[in-house]
Order: sequence, then structure tokens, then C-alpha cells
Amino acid sequence: MGHMAEQATFRLKTGLAEMLKGGVIMDVVTPEEAKVAEDAGACAVMALERVPADIRRDGGVARMSDPAMIKGIQEAVSIPVMAKARIGHFAEAQVLEALEVDYIDESEVLTPADESNHIDKYAFEVPFVCGATNLGEALRRLGEGAAMIRSKGEAGTGNVVEAVRHMRAITSGIKRLAQLRPEELAGAAKEHQAPLEVVREVAAAGRLPVPLFCAGGIATPADAALMMQLGAEGNFVGSGIFKSGDPARRARAIVEATTHFNDPERVAAASIGLGKAMPGLEIGDLVAEDALLQNRGA
Amino acid sequence: MTGLDGLVIPGGESTTITKGIESAGLEPALRAHHDQGLPILGTCAGMIVCDAEHLGFIDATAKRNAFGRQLQSFEADIAVEGIGDEPLRAVFIRAPWVESHGPGVEVLSSYEGHPVAIRDGSVLACAFHPELTEDPRFHAIFMAMTTSSRSRAKEEAR
Repeated sequence: MGHMAEQATFRLKTGLAEMLKGGVIMDVVTPEEAKVAEDAGACAVMALERVPADIRRDGGVARMSDPAMIKGIQEAVSIPVMAKARIGHFAEAQVLEALEVDYIDESEVLTPADESNHIDKYAFEVPFVCGATNLGEALRRLGEGAAMIRSKGEAGTGNVVEAVRHMRAITSGIKRLAQLRPEELAGAAKEHQAPLEVVREVAAAGRLPVPLFCAGGIATPADAALMMQLGAEGNFVGSGIFKSGDPARRARAIVEATTHFNDPERVAAASIGLGKAMPGLEIGDLVAEDALLQNRGA
Repeated sequence: MTGLDGLVIPGGESTTITKGIESAGLEPALRAHHDQGLPILGTCAGMIVCDAEHLGFIDATAKRNAFGRQLQSFEADIAVEGIGDEPLRAVFIRAPWVESHGPGVEVLSSYEGHPVAIRDGSVLACAFHPELTEDPRFHAIFMAMTTSSRSRAKEEAR
């Protein structure tokens, strides 16, 4: 390539996430599910070996998906294909990059591979999305090179309460940061345990330098509309679709509600006759069992 | 969608946008806009949506993801007709190119032999994302099209 051509610039990495704004990224485990997601209007799919609800139920070590499955999904759809790597498992990320996935989710839903380090995302040409429960976590992931941030929520529960808490923590944290005086930013960086340069950038802009999506617990169109109104720029939906009674219909409804989140009549219309939502889990029970995924990789 | 001087069909995923147009029943309004000769700017997925295999607003077919997946996404300096000699930094993300086009289509820019910016009557289309850079010159072409279309409409109303 000539003409001062460059690849894998940060603008190209965040640029793809910019194009997904206002859309829904759906977890899929087979090419058939990927097709259902695409037909329902998903803007991208996340290829994984088991949806979070099954990971939670079956236990064991959850790893990157089988490359054959990822390739099958890439062949089945023309929308972007994302895939998950374990936190800190840069060799899984290298494999996913070799497979030419469009985005890597360094995800707490999989069993972490490193208890103290995340992947150095600047070392990759493929862009990364990372989860966060609060602003400090989001800023640390940005410092490591993430090109997209999502709330962690509590995956596989069908319970949106944690996603709400995380989204509010991130957006209110940004608002507070934007009000600080310049000399107060070093203290804020210390408090957030985040790099000062990222803190300065977010404080100056009053927003993250990358798109902010919601993930973890969306099960209904109203959940999707709620998260968009709370400041999400798009939604990841995992178990909520393919663990429900009528996945194709629910997928379309969640897309509709994400696009028209400010139009209650359309969200209402989309919510009619969807069949059973996925069965939900109480967060309190998971706390008692020490089974929260969101505490992985802070 | 009435009272518009111009319409931008932005980037995103063309499959998603096409489904969205269907589910929202937007096609008649889009056609009415185009039939009145009102300008349209289609960027990346927006160019695909305007092509002969979709809404048919341009006499051209776009090849989806022609430059490849995200790993092949790139930015480059390109020459564009009508914006002066200074090249334009263009951001191509999973970008299409124009695979074939009719004789009435003006090619404003090509990259490695493939047309990446074209104009067909009232429709301006490009494979890159002019909104992701600070350079306003490509948008200026579209603004000039909308301004002249509005002046024409005013003339006719007199």
C-alpha cells in the first residue's frame, strides 16, 4: 500500500466501534445462531463456546472458542465477528488475531488466565473491548489500549441490576472528573489507580475517548432501552436471547428497543408476545456462593 | 422526513441498516426524497445501501468488505476531485469499493484502481468515513450540492 497508508491506528480501532453505536452485539455459539442474529438486525456477533448462563451452570474452565467454530461463524455472516479471550491470556488473543476476528473481548466471563495482568492491547493490530464495573477500571483498560469499553454487569443472570450499577458508576465518575480543576487530576488518577494521561483526556473531553456499551444481564427490550437511557451507546446481549423462548423474535425486539430507546410506544410494541424471557438469577444468591464474574480482573 | 435539504446515510453495517429501513418502513420516504432530486450522501455502508442492489439510488454496485476485515482496515492520503490538490486523509473500515458503474457516474476518487468516491446526479457516495477526520472538504462537496439544490427549488417556487 502506498499513499502514506497505515493500518491498526487507534482511529481505525475505535472507528469500527463507532460504527456499531446504537446497535446490538449478540452472543452466538453456532453459525446457525449467528445467522439468526444477523437476520434479526444485530450489528455484530460475539462467537463463544457457551453462553454465560451455561458457563455458570456447567462450571469448569471457560476458554476461547474452538477456531473451527469461529471460522464457521465468520463464513455464515457478513457483519463483524468478535470473540472472547481470557483475561491476560495474550496467546489466545494472538490466535484470535490470526483468525482475523474483527474485535477481541478480553472477558471476565471466561476463566482468567492471569490474576494480576491484563493483555497489553497496544501489542495487537486487532482492537479490544474490555469490561468495567466503575470508572477506574475503564481508565485502566484504556491505559492498556482498549478501543471500546462495556459495563461488566453480571453475565448469564438475566438480571440487569449490576449493569445499571456499573453504567451509573462509569457515567457519574466521568461527570465528577470533568468538574475537577487541573491540579486535582493527579489525585483523581491515584484514587482511580489509572494513568494520569488517560484521566486528563477523559476530564477534558467529559467522555471516554472510545465508545461505551452495556453488557451483562439484558434480557428484555425494556432492559435494553433502560441501559441506552442511562448512557450506553449500544448493547451486548448474551444469554438473554438464545436462552429465551423465541430467540429470533426477542433478538429483533431488543434491536428495535435499542434503536428507539426513547420511544416507549415502540418499545412497548416490540415487547408484545415474545414468549418466555430467560430465567433470571438473584445477585444476592451469587454473592453467597462467591460466584460473581464481575470481580474477575479489576 | 419532510423539509430536508439533504440526507446523510452514514456508515455502520449495511445489513443492519437495510433491516432497520425495512422494520421502520422508511423506504417510501427515502424514495420520495431521492425522486425530488434532493441530495443524499452515503458513506461506507451508506454507499452500499444506495447501490443498484439495494435502494438503487446510484447506477453502481458496491462490493461489501472489499478491502477485507478489520485487520485490513486502513487510512491513506487520497486525491479527490473537487477538493483541491491537497490529498484527503481517508479512513477505510471494513470498507467496500465500487465494483462496477454506469457511464453517467462520475468517479471522484480511486484507490489502488478501485473507485472509492463517486457522484451520480444528486447522490454523493464514498467508501471511507469523512466524519472520522477533522478535514471538512468532502462534506463541503455535499453542502454545495444541498445549497444549490435549495436555491434551485426556490427559483422554481417563484
